[in-house]
Amino acid sequence: MSDIVLTLLFISGGIMLLAFALTFVRFVIGPTLIDRTIAFDVLTVGSLGLMGLIAVLENRQIYLDVNIIYGLLSFVAVVVVGKYVRKSL
Amino acid sequence: MEYVQITGAVLVLMGATVLLIAAIGLLRMPDSYLRVQVGTKASTAGVALIMLGFALIVPAWFGKLFIIIVFVMMTNPVSSNVLMRAAHKSGHPMSPKTVVDHLAEDEKKS
Repeated sequence: MSDIVLTLLFISGGIMLLAFALTFVRFVIGPTLIDRTIAFDVLTVGSLGLMGLIAVLENRQIYLDVNIIYGLLSFVAVVVVGKYVRKSL
Repeated sequence: MEYVQITGAVLVLMGATVLLIAAIGLLRMPDSYLRVQVGTKASTAGVALIMLGFALIVPAWFGKLFIIIVFVMMTNPVSSNVLMRAAHKSGHPMSPKTVVDHLAEDEKKS
């Protein structure tokens, strides 16, 4: 990869970290369980992008498999919290 | 070859910016329902853009990246819909500026 591509990738990694910091503020101050679960969902789905960035920079494909499983676990977690809120768990 | 990689990096930058917009929207929206709307749509589009950019940078990984895009686009709207339907069922309060609630009207009708 050339220098331009590496610079753009590092800038986008920094923007993603800033986005995670802002989402984590909502995760901490969120008034109810629902707000915290939404912030958790956005955090996990966004971290798929950051893990893909690490996979490209390290040139290791195994991180993409980790990505798929991580997305699956995030989906299951949000659905379980939904069932808990509905009092059917 | 070089231009394809630069295009992919610009796509990754656009996806990261969309994620930042999602985070700002999560902080600024007054209500859980508005928050889930801005968060889910923007994070799904951001991750799809990022993975498309990676597929342009490393074309050999296109299969797995495409699987991730399809998976996120299938599961993310479903999970947020389940969560907010449960919140609406359990009487989660709305913002005072809300003017219409079609789901409650439909449940009252049926």
